[in-house]
Amino acid sequence: MQNSNNKEVLVEVRGLKKYFKVKRKKFVKAVDNVSFNIYKGETLGIVGESGCGKTTCGKTILGLYKATSGEVIFDGTNVHSLKPKDKIDFTKRAQIIFQDPYSSLNPRMTVGDIIGEGIDIHKLYKNKKREEKIFELLYTVGLNKEHINRFPHEFSGGQRQRIGIARALAIEPDFIVCDEPISALDVSIQAQIVNLLMRLQREKNLTYLFIAHDLSMVKYISDRVGVMYLGNLVELTTSEKLYDNPLHPYTQALLSSIPIPDPEEEKNKERIPIHGEIPSAIDPPLGCRFVTRCKFAKEVCKKDMPEFREVDKEHFVACHRV
Amino acid sequence: MNSKKILGVKNLRVSFKTYAGVVQAVRGVDFYLEKGETLAIVGESGCGKTVTVKTIMGLLPKEQSIVSGEGVEVNFHNKNLLNLSENEMAEIRGNHISMIFQDPMTSLNPTMKIGNQIAESIVIHENKSEEEAKKIALNILELVNIPNAKERINQYPFELSGGMRQRIMIGIALACDPEILIADEPTTALDVTIQAQIMDLIKKLQDKKNTGVILVTHDLGVVASVADRIQVMYAGEVVERGTTNEIFYSPKHPYTFGLLESIPKLSDHKQKELYSLVGTPPDLTNPPKGCPFAARCKYAMKICRVKHPEITSFGETQESSCWLHHEKADLSGVSEILLKRGVSSAEFK
Repeated sequence: MQNSNNKEVLVEVRGLKKYFKVKRKKFVKAVDNVSFNIYKGETLGIVGESGCGKTTCGKTILGLYKATSGEVIFDGTNVHSLKPKDKIDFTKRAQIIFQDPYSSLNPRMTVGDIIGEGIDIHKLYKNKKREEKIFELLYTVGLNKEHINRFPHEFSGGQRQRIGIARALAIEPDFIVCDEPISALDVSIQAQIVNLLMRLQREKNLTYLFIAHDLSMVKYISDRVGVMYLGNLVELTTSEKLYDNPLHPYTQALLSSIPIPDPEEEKNKERIPIHGEIPSAIDPPLGCRFVTRCKFAKEVCKKDMPEFREVDKEHFVACHRV
Repeated sequence: MNSKKILGVKNLRVSFKTYAGVVQAVRGVDFYLEKGETLAIVGESGCGKTVTVKTIMGLLPKEQSIVSGEGVEVNFHNKNLLNLSENEMAEIRGNHISMIFQDPMTSLNPTMKIGNQIAESIVIHENKSEEEAKKIALNILELVNIPNAKERINQYPFELSGGMRQRIMIGIALACDPEILIADEPTTALDVTIQAQIMDLIKKLQDKKNTGVILVTHDLGVVASVADRIQVMYAGEVVERGTTNEIFYSPKHPYTFGLLESIPKLSDHKQKELYSLVGTPPDLTNPPKGCPFAARCKYAMKICRVKHPEITSFGETQESSCWLHHEKADLSGVSEILLKRGVSSAEFK
C-alpha cells in the first residue's frame, strides 16, 4: 500500500465495506471497498458530494457502525474485533466532532457535564481536578469559566461547535474524525473554528480525518485529500497534487465547479460541466461508478471496475484512462 | 424614477416582537434594482437579508412583524407594495415578482404533483385553462432541464432529488415570466456540482427574459460569477455596496475585507493562519448605538462605539459607512491589508 515513505501509519483502512439493508436482499452500498492509510500527525481530507459515503466511512472507522467487511487497524489493533474492555482504550484515543452543533449536544446537560462525560467514563480526573480540567478545556477552545453551568441553547452555532471540540479534546485523544465541523457555520465563524483546529493540531500533535464538501477549505486544511464517489475512493494524493494535477475526470469536474471568490478568475476559468446526478447506491453502475456521468466513458468502463492504484508517487487513482 | 429601475426600496425598517423583546432585524435599508441586472445581498445569518426580501414579497407574518421607517417605501411601477391589500399583493406575487426559497426539500407541496404546482400560478394569473397550463408546465420542465419531463410531470416532490426539486422551484417562479426574481440562498442546500448547474440555469433564463434578479446569499464564491452589484449587510444595515469588481478588488469597509479574507484561496497554504473576524454579530434586541461592527472591528476607534458612521461615496457606484473614511481617521494600522488588496490609502478616504 502507500507505505513508500517513512511516515508512521496511525490508521490503516483495508477493503472497508459498509452496506445498509433497506429491503429484502437490497442494500445501500454506502462504502464499498475503500482502502487508505492515515499517517500520524497529518490531516487527511475526504471530499465528495452528499451521499457519496464520506460520513459513513468516518463513522465506520471509529467503530460507530459495524463494518460489513474489511478492517480498520488503529495503531496495530483491529477496531472491529475489540473486546469491550479494549474498546474503552480505543475510544480514549479516537474521538469525533459532529457536523451539526445544534443536534449533537444533549440539551438537558450543562456544558460542564457534556465536556466532563468522557473524563468520568475514562476515570481521568475527579472533583476539583476535573473542574480545573474543564476550565482549561473551555479556555483552550475560546470559551470561559462562566460557561460551565450553562445549557447548549444559550450558545450560538460557533460556540456550540467549540463545545463539541472541547468534548472531543477532553480525554486527550490522538485521532479525531471531524465530520463537516464547519458546514453549519457562517463564513466568519468558519475561519475561527478552522484556525482553532489547526492550532490544536500543532500543539497536541493530533491526527485528523477531515470530512467536508467545501473543497477550498479542505485543500487549505489537509495534507492529503481523498475524493469519494458513490462509496468508492476515486483519487487520493497530497492536496497540492490533487489541485494542480487532478487525474480522475470526477475530481477534475468537481474542482472546476468550486466557485472562486474572484470575479476575474471566475470569468476566465473553464468549467468542466458534470451532467446528471449521482446514481442510487442501491444499484450502482457495474464497472466504474462514475461511468453514467463521465464524458470519456468507454466500453471497458461499463464492464470492469478500475483498480485503485498508485500512478505517481503518493498519487492513487481509480480510472481506466490514466 | 429612472426607466431602467424596476424596484426601489427606501428606509426599510422591520422589527419582530419576541418574548425576549423587540428584535430590530432590518434597520434602514435602501436599494434599487434595474432591469436585467443581478443584485446580490451578502451577509451572515441573522443580518436581515432574508427579512428584507420577504418584506418585498409581503411574506412576513403580520401579527409579529412591524414595518416602519420614515418615508418607508417599496416602489414597484410607482406603487408602494407596502400599502397594497392582500388581494392586490396576490396579483403581483408569482406574476410580477417571484421567489425561490432556500430549501427545495420543504418549500414544495408534498401532496401535489409537480406539474400541478407549476400550472397553479399559470391558471391563476394568466387565465389559462388547466389543459393549456399543463402544456406550458411541460415546456417549463424541459426549459429547466428535467429529463423525461412527460413522466416527471405526474410525479410528487419526494420522487425527485434535491437538485431537481430546486429546478422545479425555478420553473414555478418563472412560470409567469416575472420582472423580478428573488432567489434566497438558492444553492445553499445543494452540492457544488449541482450548484453550478442551478446558477447556470438561473443566468440563462435571466438573459432570455431580461429578468431583474435579487440573489441573497452568504457565499461570496457564488456571487463573484453572477452578480453585477453587491450590497453587504451587517446587523440589519447595509455597510457597503458597489459593483462586483469594486467589492472584490477594492473593498472599503472592514467587515467586507473580513469576509473576503476569511475564505481560503486555493493558493493558500496550511501554514498561513486564516484571517478571522473575532466574536459574533450584536444582539439586535438592543443594537449598539455606534457602528454595529465596532465590537468586532480591528480598527475600531473611540467614536465608532458612540456615533453611527455616515455613508461615504466612492465614485458613482460604491458606498461604505465607516468612520475610517473620515478625514481625521488614523489609517496607520489599516494600510497593510488594503495594500494587499491593491488599494492605496489615499484612495481609501
